[in-house]
Amino acid sequence: MEILVCVKRVPDTAENEITIKGDGTDIQRDDLVYSVNEWDNYATEEAIQIRDNVGGTVTVVTVGDSESEEILRRQMAMGADNGILLADGAFDGSDARGIASILAAAVKKGKYDLILTGAQADDGAGAVGGMLAAMLDLPYASLVNKVEVAGNKLKVGREIEGGNQEMNEIDLPCVLSIQTGINEPRYVGIRGIRKVASVEIPTHNAGALGVSGVGKAGAQVKRVDYFTPPAGKGAEILEGSMEEKIDKLIELLKAKGGLK
Amino acid sequence: MAQIFAYIAHKNGVVDDTAAELAVAAKKIDASAQVTAIVTGSGATLDAACQGAAKAYAQVWKINKPELAYPNAEVVRKLLKNIVPASSIVLVAHDTFGMDLGPGLSIKMDAAYASDVVGIDGADGSTLKIVRQEFAGMAHAHMTVNAAKGAVLTLRPGSFQAGDAAGGAGAVTDKSGDAGDLGAKRKFLQVVEAETGDVDITKSDVLVSIGRGIEDQENIGLAEDLAKAMGAVVSCSRPIVDAKWLEKARQVGTSGKTVKPKVYMALGISGSFQHLGGIKGSPFIVAVNKNPKAPIFQVADVGIVENILEFIPAMTEKVSG
Ligand SMILES: Cc1cc2nc3c(=O)[nH]c(=O)nc-3n(C[C@H](O)[C@H](O)[C@H](O)COP(=O)(O)OP(=O)(O)OC[C@H]3O[C@@H](n4cnc5c(N)ncnc54)[C@H](O)[C@@H]3O)c2cc1C
Ligand SMILES: Nc1ncnc2c1ncn2[C@@H]1O[C@H](COP(=O)(O)O)[C@@H](O)[C@H]1O
Repeated sequence: MEILVCVKRVPDTAENEITIKGDGTDIQRDDLVYSVNEWDNYATEEAIQIRDNVGGTVTVVTVGDSESEEILRRQMAMGADNGILLADGAFDGSDARGIASILAAAVKKGKYDLILTGAQADDGAGAVGGMLAAMLDLPYASLVNKVEVAGNKLKVGREIEGGNQEMNEIDLPCVLSIQTGINEPRYVGIRGIRKVASVEIPTHNAGALGVSGVGKAGAQVKRVDYFTPPAGKGAEILEGSMEEKIDKLIELLKAKGGLK
Repeated sequence: MAQIFAYIAHKNGVVDDTAAELAVAAKKIDASAQVTAIVTGSGATLDAACQGAAKAYAQVWKINKPELAYPNAEVVRKLLKNIVPASSIVLVAHDTFGMDLGPGLSIKMDAAYASDVVGIDGADGSTLKIVRQEFAGMAHAHMTVNAAKGAVLTLRPGSFQAGDAAGGAGAVTDKSGDAGDLGAKRKFLQVVEAETGDVDITKSDVLVSIGRGIEDQENIGLAEDLAKAMGAVVSCSRPIVDAKWLEKARQVGTSGKTVKPKVYMALGISGSFQHLGGIKGSPFIVAVNKNPKAPIFQVADVGIVENILEFIPAMTEKVSG
């Protein structure tokens, strides 16, 4: 099976305190720690496991800039066979539809049986996978937490409300967005990354892909600014030493029936 | 202004809470809109669902087809593409169905798409002004959506409060004849119910809930000790279950359990809407987080800015002592 996994380099929200620039144009990016979007790691792991079971190759692709190469290498260190970087100044400011059309052009340059994305990325949109499928006229299933290969079809589980699982049969080729928890993404150490450090990663620009109308000008959805919402009621923040905070909390908990 | 449609989720003849919320959101786009609810399904419960939708909408389109007995987004997408006029605005709840349906629908309609919308500040011509959140809720953003060729919006459940919904008393029109070809390359098989675990966190009055801030599997014991000292039960956010540190039955949230405790201790949990979506009944929420800007502090009653790996053992000692 030829599998393509779409991955994105994002600020790691578990590692960073996100703050907004004074003029609201962006978040403070100077000291951010970046990593592979959490969901995309699960997608890559799933692709590797499927390949190891039924044969084929795993290609990871990203729309980004030269710095995004590092996440392609990281996923190759996990076990992906190939990486493709899609980079062009003309891609800057693309909305999800723009990203999906860039990816769609890259898909058409290859021949893939299965395309995986993460369920969502740092902008929480969960948009690119479903758009990509519709552009390619392929069937789609989102929030997939189980994949079983059955000939020219897949049996996939979708995670729905309450942790229930919706089982579907889907024809290949198809696009799936992968939900966390589907597997346990393998750890990559620094040595693994060193091994793939000199592997050539082909880069395609807008001309090579034949895409136009993407980037900021083509975006139908645009960000005006980032802002801090007016503080709501908010929590009463307990101050003092650790001991003082805990004493105060215990008092409150007793009043609320949280402690006998 | 474009016509506005709302796709209504329903189960066993009862419309979802989001049905009324979508009606409220539609009025924020266009206060004078005659919004049409689209209710799809098959069999006896469909009529009851249409009646439910009619309470909040001016018009209800009923589509009764065996293929729609279960809401398979691949089938519903085809249906909506066939029946919704070009350049319309379609509203859908941002739940696991809406996430499945929305992005592809926007492409098929050649319309704009914005997901997980938490606020709508009206429209300026065909430009919709919306609010979203990014970076796990740590940054809010004003966005514009060019709806000249229509738009699909998925709306975060609970963000549009149904209080001021205009009364509907809508008429139900059977549009099943217009459904068109509904063939799809994805077939729904069945729903497998979540496994029940050893503990029922929904029965506990006090939950000591841990998130990614617990950092390591070895530290789970710290939370167990505190829960024991408090006579509470340990629950958790999703990453703890994904990492297999605790069983799925302990997960609070939209894809986990819905809990209604008296006291909820959120330790090292950022406060994503999917997590908060599982906490009902307005418990007394205590948040302990090392990041003073964590969104959980917006919804908590009491907040403590501390490292939970130091806080939890100290609290256990105090409570036991
Ligand atoms: C369709 C869908 C369904 C989902 N369903 C659920 C669900 O049911 N339940 C759920 O929980 N999530 C769910 N999620 C995931 C959700 O979006 C968040 O990713 C998740 O809730 C984050 O969990 P967290 O708060 O533990 O982790 P994070 O967001 O990473 O937050 C960790 C927090 O801990 C703090 N912290 C770190 N270290 C320490 C320390 N030593 N001391 C104190 N604080 C510390 C950090 O400041 C941060 O605020 C779902 C996602 C999707 C897409
Ligand atoms: N710039 C990008 N390059 C490659 N894949 C992307 C990019 N942006 C988003 N994706 C894919 O689309 C998924 C959903 O992202 P989003 O629609 O932005 O929430 C991600 O998990 C990735 O798999």
